[in-house]
Order: sequence, then structure tokens, then C-alpha cells
Amino acid sequence: MSAELATPAAEEKKEFWRWQENTWFDESKNWRDAKIITCGIDVGSVSSQAVICCDGELFGYNSMRTGNNSPDSAKNALQGILDKTGMKLEDIHYTVGTGYGRVNVPFANKAVTEIACHARGANYMGGSKVRTILDMGGQDCKAIHCDERGKVTNFLMNDKCAAGTGRGMEVIADLMQIPIANLGPRSFDVETEPEAVSSICVVFAKSEALALLKAGYTKNMVIAAYCQAMAERVVSLLERIGVEEGFFITGGIAKNPGVVKRIERLLGIQAVETKIDSQIAGALGASLFAYTLMQKQAKAA
Amino acid sequence: MITAGIDMGSRSIKVVLLEEIKVEGAPQLQYAVKKAYMMLPGELDADEAAEKAYNEALQAAGLKREDVAAVYVTGAGRSQVKFATEGVTEMTAGARGANYMFPEVRTVVDVGAEEGRGVKVDAAGKAVDFAGNEKCAAGAGSFAEAMSRALQMTLKEFGEASLRSDKTIPMNAQCTVFAESEVVSLIHASTPSQDIAKAVLDAVASRICAMVRRVGIEESIVLIGGMAHSAGFVDALKKALDVEKILLPEMPESISALGCALLAAERQH
Amino acid sequence: MIANNGYKDGSGEFYISIDTDKCIDCSADRACLTACPKGMFEIITDDYDDEVACVKKSFTRSLAFDCSECKPSGGYTTLPCTSACTPGAIKHSW
Repeated sequence: MSAELATPAAEEKKEFWRWQENTWFDESKNWRDAKIITCGIDVGSVSSQAVICCDGELFGYNSMRTGNNSPDSAKNALQGILDKTGMKLEDIHYTVGTGYGRVNVPFANKAVTEIACHARGANYMGGSKVRTILDMGGQDCKAIHCDERGKVTNFLMNDKCAAGTGRGMEVIADLMQIPIANLGPRSFDVETEPEAVSSICVVFAKSEALALLKAGYTKNMVIAAYCQAMAERVVSLLERIGVEEGFFITGGIAKNPGVVKRIERLLGIQAVETKIDSQIAGALGASLFAYTLMQKQAKAA
Repeated sequence: MITAGIDMGSRSIKVVLLEEIKVEGAPQLQYAVKKAYMMLPGELDADEAAEKAYNEALQAAGLKREDVAAVYVTGAGRSQVKFATEGVTEMTAGARGANYMFPEVRTVVDVGAEEGRGVKVDAAGKAVDFAGNEKCAAGAGSFAEAMSRALQMTLKEFGEASLRSDKTIPMNAQCTVFAESEVVSLIHASTPSQDIAKAVLDAVASRICAMVRRVGIEESIVLIGGMAHSAGFVDALKKALDVEKILLPEMPESISALGCALLAAERQH
Repeated sequence: MIANNGYKDGSGEFYISIDTDKCIDCSADRACLTACPKGMFEIITDDYDDEVACVKKSFTRSLAFDCSECKPSGGYTTLPCTSACTPGAIKHSW
């Protein structure tokens, strides 16, 4: 009996905030056939991604948690995909770095802000109809308008506070002792939709969540109340620049249907869907920027 | 006449019982604090906790409920207190209480567990302008408390430790959640705890100072709320506001409750 | 491009918007750089290789307070930055 109990006990110690790291590449393609191979590296505050594009088309990516320093995180993210595809650093023609740590990507040829990269990435992932992008990152939240080519026309960022960011979601996952990937589905497993927690601030929302549990809310209801609060929070951010048709969500929280569905409900608009991992939008945009820069150089030569 | 003031803080409940004293020939009424009482609500909900704190305060003062002419209540949870005569805002209550302790006050800085604010006060003790950040934990006591816990110190020790440091480590994050990770990395880098304590209290002070600056810094300045107990914080705030002196009342956490009781008494006439 | 520099929090929405299309060919000789008593503005090369004004990173999270000298909560009439920017690229949200 005691031996059987050992496994769940060990599981209790796990880190509930920890989200899935992953690597993918298009096995139907051979990168050796490509004329131009470009790379985009997004070193964010929480996660780092490396994306490889062959002739301006997505080929492969690796997404992982950011380590203690930017250069190593950039290297590790890239190494993950190089190992998988058998590519070498020398095979890459041009690299663009983006994200918080963009200036610390040692092998990057250029740094571009994450705002421009997310717009470009979303334009590729959701198509040219994408006009409004909401990026919910680990430590910030951005609202972006772009034109049909993915060029930014209006943007704003909120990096002052953890509310409405992935970090805020991680705090709740830990508090509820529920793996972060389960938060979204569980938030819909409620009989009645509770009201949003009233606090904007993550610190106060935490004590409010505990009070709700004490008052007899189920965990699922608390999660629903929190997802609703987060949705309301980012929608209020979007209001400043407005939402146009062709609405696209990038960043880790795009994977949380508990927040996404509630945002769609509040806005009365459906987000454009994509099969590509929403977390790589920035790095993908950077890789596409790199491709454009290569083409420009080729024309000039 | 006896009146009561209750401050429903986010962390603790403060009750002040006040007696009005008529002195023959004196132009103004005088008051004496019969009892100042503080209680942590624990598991209780707001109304029950207020009831309990109020009863305990009355008992300690040897009074009955019918002895009290009016009960005024302030604080974030004030609307839930059903037995109160009237509710007043924290700004009004804090301004009146500070003015009673120090009639020369023009700026009240109130730093409690979850709120921080600057209030501009006129000569009559009325709040005329205020700036606060009620929905953000940065610039409030709970941040300093959480950080002191990370260093395994009480808030008092934390404040004292910060006075031993002469280093200035700037904290970049505005948000408590992000600042926590900054402190963790400072701990990992073996930064002496007094330097971390100073960095945290400097950060809280600079945020509070920024709020006060919005209403304008005018002397005399009075600091109320629980954070006034932290000598390190008072020192950091003095430097941030660039002033020589900050007035500290006795029982700083009960000043808003006192203000309530005073307002209750004054409005009975 | 309209670049909104600033933040939103519990106390309100604090953004300085810069319309970069009006900013590229500055006819005011970059007067914003010296007009702001705090020196909040800088000229950067943005992602589309345009030279435009931008609020320095160190100020974007505390605008409500940094702007308080020109804009006390009691009200204001003119702001040095918006008056100096004759092309009308700079706007405040609050």
C-alpha cells in the first residue's frame, strides 16, 4: 500500500506552473534543398524560441524555458532544433534576435523588437487578413495593429504589471496545485459562470482566490473567476487601440482556452485559428524578417 | 458622549473608542481615547470580524453597546459592516485623525498592508486631494512583508537591518510579482540581507513618494498606517521625499479609526 | 505607426502616443528632446529603419509620476512636450 502511494506523493512536489517545452520540424522537407536558411531567436522573460525558415517558409522550431542568462538561453534554444534536424550553425545564412534578451543573442546579425516580430509572425500564421494581434507573453501583454503585410500601424504594451500575463497564470496554477495546461479546460467545468475576481493585481487576486475557496467555491470556479478577470483585463487593454476583424492571439496564453474563449465572448469576435504553436510567433517573425533582409541584400549586390 | 471608529483594513481591524470631554471655559470640545484595539480577522468574514473586534474593544473599555452614540467605519471592507452608523472614506478618516494628532499637518502619507496613498489636507483637517494605487500591491506593506519573510526576518528586524546598509541597489520592476524574482536572484547572489532590506524599502518608498508627489509635497508630513513602525521605511521615505522630518503619531495604525471616531463625535452636534 | 509608450494599471491609463509618420521628417528640429524637463525622449532607429522619437525605457513604467511636474493632479493648461512638437506627433492619453 505504501509503495503504491509513493508515486502520487512524488507527483505532489512537481511544479504546476511548468508548461510543455517542445521541438518540431517539417519532415516532408529537406533543408539542404533551400537556397536561403534563416533563423529567428526570441529570448523572452519566461520562454525562449528558435525558429528556422527555409526560403521564407517555416521549417522547424524549438521552444523552451529561459535560463539564467540570455546568451545561453539563445544558444540552447537553437541547439535543440539544430540537433533534431542535423543542421549546423554555419548552415544558417542570417539570424535575427528579438524579445527582452534580443541584444544578447551572440550569433544574431540584427535585433528587431518583439512588437514588429509578433506582427510579422501573426501575419504568416493567420494570413494577411490579420489586423489586430494580442500577444500575451510571460511578463507583458501587447496589443498590435498591422497592415496586410504584417507591418505594425499601432501598438501598445503593458509591461508594468503581472496582471494579464503568463506569469499571473503561473501563480494561479501553483496556488491551485493544478498543472497550467489543465487550467483552461477546468475553468469551463462549472455549473454557473462565477463573477471575475475583482482585483487587477495578481498579489491581491491571490488572497481573493483563497477567500473564495474558503467561502465554498470549487477550485474550478476560482479558476473560472480568474480566467474571466484576466480576459477582462486584456480586453480593457485592447480597447485603447480598438479591435478590427482578423483578430489573432499569440504567446503562451493563446493555448489557454479558458482565457481565449472568454476574450472572444467579451469582444464578440472569433480569433483566427492556426495550427502552428502560438508561442513561436515572435521567433517566427524574426526568422521572416531575416529572410526579407537577405533578399534586400541580394538585390543590392 | 462616547463614539466609536472602526477601520476595516485588509489585514487587521482597528477599533477606537473616544470620549468627548467638556471643559468649562474651553472654546473647543476635547476628546480622550478610551481604548484603541486591534484584531486580526482570521477565518471570520468582514461583518462577523467587525462585530467581534467591536465587542472585545467595548469589553476592554468596560462599556456597553448602548453607551456608544455613533459608530463610524472606514477601510476597504466598510460596506460589509451592518451595525455601523455611517461609512467614511479612508482619505477623510486618515486626514481627520492625523490633523487631530498634529494640527499642522498638510500631507498625510498612509501606508498599510495592501494600500498606499498620499493625501493633501487643509488647515481644518479635510482631505482636499489624494493619489493612491488601490489596485496594485507595489508600494504597500505586504510587499515588504513578503520580502522580509523570504529573508526569514520580522518586518521590524527587516527595517532595522536596512538601517545598517549604505548600499543602493535599484530594483527595476514596478510590479511586486516581478520584484519578487529580483529579490530571489539577489538572495542567490549572496547579497547581504541588510542590503536587500534597504533595496526593498527604498523601492516601496520611491513608489509611495511618486504618489505623494502627484498631490504635492507640503510640510508638515505625517506618516500613518502599519508601515510607520518600520524605522528603515521611515528613513527611506524621508530620503525619497527629500524632507528633514516626518511626523510619526503614536499607534500609527489606528489613526484612521481615530479619525472615524472624531468624525462620529463631531457630527452628533 | 502609432507607438503607445506607457502602461495601464489600477489607477488609470498612462500612455504617451507618438505618431511616427508625423515624426520621421521632424519640422520642429527634434524639439521634444530638450522640451521635456525630465529628458524622457530619445531618437531611435525603429524596426522599419525610420528615425523617430521614443520615450526612454526607464520612464515607460512610471509616466503618471514622471509627468506629474508638468501635470499636477489639480489640472494643467499646456505641456512642454506637446507644445514643442509642432508636427503634432506627441499625444497624452490622460
